[in-house]
Amino acid sequence: MTTVTLGSWPGGFAWAFSRDFRLAWRNPGETVLVIAFFVLVASLFPLGVGADMRLLERIGPGVIWVCALLAAFLSLPTMFSTDYMDGSLEQMALSSHPMVGWVSGKIAAHWIMTGLPLTVLSPLLALQYGLQADTLLVLAAALAIGTPVLSLLGAACSALTLGARGGGMLLALLALPLFVPILIFGAGAAEAQASGLSPSPHLSLLGAGLIVAAVGLPSAVGLAIRIALD
Amino acid sequence: MNWFYFSSPATFYRLAGWLAPWFFGVAALLAAVGLYYGFIVAPTDAQQGEVYRVIFIHVPAAWMSMFLYFVMAAYSAASLTFNTRLGAMMARSLAPTGALFTFVALWTGAFWGRPTWGTYWAWDARMTSELILLFLYLGVIALRNAIDDPRRGDKACAVLALVGAVNVPIIYFSVKWWNTLHQGSTISMTAAPRMAAIMLVGLVLMSLAAWAYAIAMTLARVRAVILERERGAVWISYLPDLRLQGA
Repeated sequence: MTTVTLGSWPGGFAWAFSRDFRLAWRNPGETVLVIAFFVLVASLFPLGVGADMRLLERIGPGVIWVCALLAAFLSLPTMFSTDYMDGSLEQMALSSHPMVGWVSGKIAAHWIMTGLPLTVLSPLLALQYGLQADTLLVLAAALAIGTPVLSLLGAACSALTLGARGGGMLLALLALPLFVPILIFGAGAAEAQASGLSPSPHLSLLGAGLIVAAVGLPSAVGLAIRIALD
Repeated sequence: MNWFYFSSPATFYRLAGWLAPWFFGVAALLAAVGLYYGFIVAPTDAQQGEVYRVIFIHVPAAWMSMFLYFVMAAYSAASLTFNTRLGAMMARSLAPTGALFTFVALWTGAFWGRPTWGTYWAWDARMTSELILLFLYLGVIALRNAIDDPRRGDKACAVLALVGAVNVPIIYFSVKWWNTLHQGSTISMTAAPRMAAIMLVGLVLMSLAAWAYAIAMTLARVRAVILERERGAVWISYLPDLRLQGA
């Protein structure tokens, strides 16, 4: 006897999220690599520019944001390509769940594995850069709102480059320019706090960006996957 | 009249071949008159001296760089919704011209900024956005070249152009969002322009020249794209200029 299950947005989301999360949990190498990269690059900057605490405090938010951006970018090429190679992406596209649902689930899992650890670790790095406690909290809050947008934008670019030549470098050219507004507002929030201004306009803009991206981009990702599977 | 008559590459190829030389001619004429107005007729600026004359290149290029991205996104949207081949070909043909105008706007802006602001480059919002726009153009071009199947490449580029089009309004409103070094726009639709009428004439002529040049280049390029893409089609073999080569 076969049971026919009707697809739904939450069903697809939960299925794809738990699948990708379980895969990452059983093979944590990549997540650890992303975190190690983040910490390593952030630690290289003081070695490069000198250990002047006032300078480090000033450039800290920006440097940590750029490192987070690059670290989030690192894991983008494999976001869909392994599933694309072994054919499971095609099976997901054929499933009864709406594409937007399971695509969102995969993106959420990607954020849990990259954006969230970076957000949690960022206060530690911020201490290395001598940021004040309030700035540090704003930085973490901005990262918490901003990194999901990075995952969403990155997912769109990752799906668009499926099957294209020149993988990683091409993905960098597509994704990094789109990350720029997030970087500006994200680093701007912490800098505003550090200079005694209110960070809330920046955080509000980041939040608005997150809402727009979360509503609009999963369907763009779905479209890009459909194009790749054509 | 059937509006979709020219949406077939075969008919549009002929139309583009007929229109392109005219637009090249119009562009050359307008640019000649516009440059004459800009460099000879227009008076020297009271504050900036002669250096302000770069405005006649810089502003049309900056306008076109943003406008062409919008046009490219519109063609991309049309090609996705109506599933037309020609829309994607037009989007593809627009990208290099748009990238060129973006580069010209950045380049002339740097040379204008040096004597007036004292720096070639400032990390001002509009300049930065223009730089991002250049990368967006390059991304579309690179993605198009990286995908071997033309139809897939067209669609992927269309999606990318639409995602990137979100950035064009950000460029436009960035002046208001981040109040920084770059002056606000001098010409606005609501207030009277704060600029001598003769300068405005030169600027409008140069802008129209940039339009005509962009149209002519796009039409010329789309003809090449059509020839490449449709090389297997029967109508290509009947083209008089190709038959001469005994193909």
